[in-house]
Amino acid sequence: MSTVIFRAIAPYLTALMVLFSVFVLLRGHNNPGGGFIGGLIAASAFAIYGIAYGVPPVRRALRFHPMGIAAFGLVVAALAGVPSLLGGKPFLTALWAYPKIFGMEVAISTATFFDIGVYLVVVGTITSVALSLEERER
Amino acid sequence: MQESQIDWTFLVMAAPFLAAFVAPLLKRLLGSGAAWILAAAPAAMFVYFITLIAPVASGRVIANGFAWAPSLQINFSYRLDGLSLLFALLVSGIGTFILIYAGAYLKGHVHQGRFFSFILLFMGAMQGLVLADDFMTLFVFWELTSITSFLLIGFDHTREAARRAALQALVITAGGGLCLLAGLLIMTGLVGVHSMSEAIALGSSFAENPYYLPVLILLLGGAFTKSAQFPFHSWLANAMEAPTPVSAYLHSATMVKAGVYLLLRIHPFMGETVPWTTILPLFGGATLLAGTLLALRQTDLKLILAYTTVASLGLLVMLTGTSNETAILGALVYLLAHSLFKGGLFMMAGSVDHEAGTRDLRELGGLGLKMPVTFLSGLVLAWAMGGLFVTLGFFAKEAMYEGLLHGEGTAPVTLGVAVLGNGLMFAAAFAVGLLPFIGKRPENLSGAHEGPIGLWLGPLVLACLSVAGIVFAAFTQEALIGPTLAAVAGAEPHPNLSYAIHVNEAFAASGVTWAIGILALLALRPVRRAIAAVLDAVGWGPDRGFDQLVNGLTNGSAAVTRFIQNGDLERYLSITFTVLALALVVPLLVFGEWPAWPETFALAPHEWAVMGLAVVGLIAVIVAENRLTAIVSLGIQGFAVALIYMLFGAPDLSFTQFMVETLSVVILALVMTRLSLMTADRRSMFQRVKDGSIALACGVGTAALLVAVTNQPFDSRLSDFFAEHSRTIAHGRNIVNVIIVDFRGLDTLGEIAVVMITGLAILALLRFPAPWRQTRAVEEEK
Repeated sequence: MSTVIFRAIAPYLTALMVLFSVFVLLRGHNNPGGGFIGGLIAASAFAIYGIAYGVPPVRRALRFHPMGIAAFGLVVAALAGVPSLLGGKPFLTALWAYPKIFGMEVAISTATFFDIGVYLVVVGTITSVALSLEERER
Repeated sequence: MQESQIDWTFLVMAAPFLAAFVAPLLKRLLGSGAAWILAAAPAAMFVYFITLIAPVASGRVIANGFAWAPSLQINFSYRLDGLSLLFALLVSGIGTFILIYAGAYLKGHVHQGRFFSFILLFMGAMQGLVLADDFMTLFVFWELTSITSFLLIGFDHTREAARRAALQALVITAGGGLCLLAGLLIMTGLVGVHSMSEAIALGSSFAENPYYLPVLILLLGGAFTKSAQFPFHSWLANAMEAPTPVSAYLHSATMVKAGVYLLLRIHPFMGETVPWTTILPLFGGATLLAGTLLALRQTDLKLILAYTTVASLGLLVMLTGTSNETAILGALVYLLAHSLFKGGLFMMAGSVDHEAGTRDLRELGGLGLKMPVTFLSGLVLAWAMGGLFVTLGFFAKEAMYEGLLHGEGTAPVTLGVAVLGNGLMFAAAFAVGLLPFIGKRPENLSGAHEGPIGLWLGPLVLACLSVAGIVFAAFTQEALIGPTLAAVAGAEPHPNLSYAIHVNEAFAASGVTWAIGILALLALRPVRRAIAAVLDAVGWGPDRGFDQLVNGLTNGSAAVTRFIQNGDLERYLSITFTVLALALVVPLLVFGEWPAWPETFALAPHEWAVMGLAVVGLIAVIVAENRLTAIVSLGIQGFAVALIYMLFGAPDLSFTQFMVETLSVVILALVMTRLSLMTADRRSMFQRVKDGSIALACGVGTAALLVAVTNQPFDSRLSDFFAEHSRTIAHGRNIVNVIIVDFRGLDTLGEIAVVMITGLAILALLRFPAPWRQTRAVEEEK
């Protein structure tokens, strides 16, 4: 799949898709989206980049092993449930805070961190599988 | 549960487990002398139970417990009545001597510390079992005895025989434990009792319950396997592979008595019915005879003792099965007597083995002067086992004959079986307790001498107790047997334990017993040969049967695996989808719920266009010339479905569907390059028609099911709930996302863990060098 057009577009497409995936992740609580879909979009982005330029550049760009990212996501998701325990509520109960950042009220919740964990697990796992499949046996 | 507090009894129940925890460390610090310190744990337990004798003898039932799983009404509770107390005393008392004995017997063994741990764990399990009141507590301890005995029997795990014996014991006793669990669950779920106390309160009224018979059979399944009743007896003799201290403990006070304990425990509400008085004597009698015959055939001291244990358990079961108060009195005294003499005799046999280097009766003789203390205790113990005068065994025998003489219809048969069995056991007792010590001493035994104190203390004390038990008959009666009989047979019993001889019919039966015993002992060799000849002629027994069963099971499962997991992906898929199609279509057809064709198709033009797109994608899949085209065409169809979701108000679902379709096209294409599938489809016409029909059936089934579901009135309670509360509770407008991250967060956490593990598994598979590819290459070269 090394056509000139595809290779020329792939980096921009990937960057846009990753950005979009984060956007989808963060808007998920109120609009269509969320960690799972965001993760799938990001994974497709890496798959496209991999198809255009081969697997090694993707691995270099990711810096971490995709499975490591997935594992980190699982830990984040699990830890997101802990603060509620400290408050004497059941595990994974969402806690909300509304701090003012630069004069703007921002809603922060443990549920968001949980969703970020989901996102990372999905990205990591699917990218990991896709990249391994793309690597031909030598 | 009246109170929920930790009391002394709970601490005592925990003591062996704590001791087991420190045992290896203690062994490392103190060597085999650690046994003396560890023995303090059961000794303390014993002392504690002694202090409870007085309240229990006065008729009190000490019970306590705390909630374990309150939502399931499961408690961790105990019940201390006469029966529990008798067993608790036996477990802890004999356990003390077993530990001391094990210290000397296994001195210098590399894994002695581990052994101490195992036997203490086992002790704790057994202790818990006899004290447990709640059914689940009972079951947990019951299976714990199976597991710990597995560890003990297989202790010498480098020998195959030990491993097989351990496995056999586990399979049989833990399998029986599952029967027990089923029985207890029926009691809990259908009859509504959760504990032994509640069940005993039901009393004899339980016999009219429609669930009586199934419960009885299931509980007997547990009791018979544990107590090695015919035809489950083979594990007990094979358990001789364990070190002698284990055998002595297992056979005297603990494991095998657990089944008898259960029978005695359930007697108040299960006993005195026709099935009870039929099944128990039948199996018990068969076990008694089979056990004695197998015992006399053996020449190995431990094996003789093992089979007499089988026989004794048969006798106990038979007597319990009569539901006759006097016979049960005999059984209880015999149970106490048996625990003492069998524990002692096993330790004695172990000492002989330890000093003489052999346990074979044909190679032993004349050790009496070399090992005087061992000889003395052996003789007294055999005396007790033979049921001779001034021992507990004597009184037990008289009482059981008395009970059987005045029993119901089958009494003459059971009496005959009991007399014959006891007679043969008499012979076996003296074969073990007397023959190694008299006669000419073989030359290779000249080095034998008395062992250290740890080896002979246990047998000596137990021998003394066998006699003391009847000399101090009043104490035995008031403190031990009386309360036990009250717990088992109910009412106000009058055991009337004494060492006096009453010349009556029972005494006459005793005379016949001794005559049979002495004759069998004198003619031991011919008898042994005759029994061996008969057994060889039969040539098959439950032990062989067990092997055949296990081999059949492994061979059968291997065959099934080869058939199902044959490595052909196409076959897996066709089987999976055939099952799916059947599951979808058959219930709709069988129950006559095939949905009506939806009538109106009021679709807007753009909706028709999306439908058309899906159909185009579908046709493209079917006519595609090569697989890549087919995969991409399938993607078209999937996108059309995603569009439908979007048009009908499920943007989240549609979003996900788009991404999943994209990724599955990508990944399928990548998989294809890896699996070296043929690029074009070259299936035969027959294959195509078959696969097509399966696909069609799945599709039609799914569609019909969906139509049927949408025909049902929609229950909107759940969606209303989420729509109403996601904004107020979870501060989110996207219900789907709120459910995923908030309302059902724990589910999601589990799911992403599964996603990750699946990913790891796929990685492992991809990295694994495929061996089949190499073998196939080799095959193709040929």
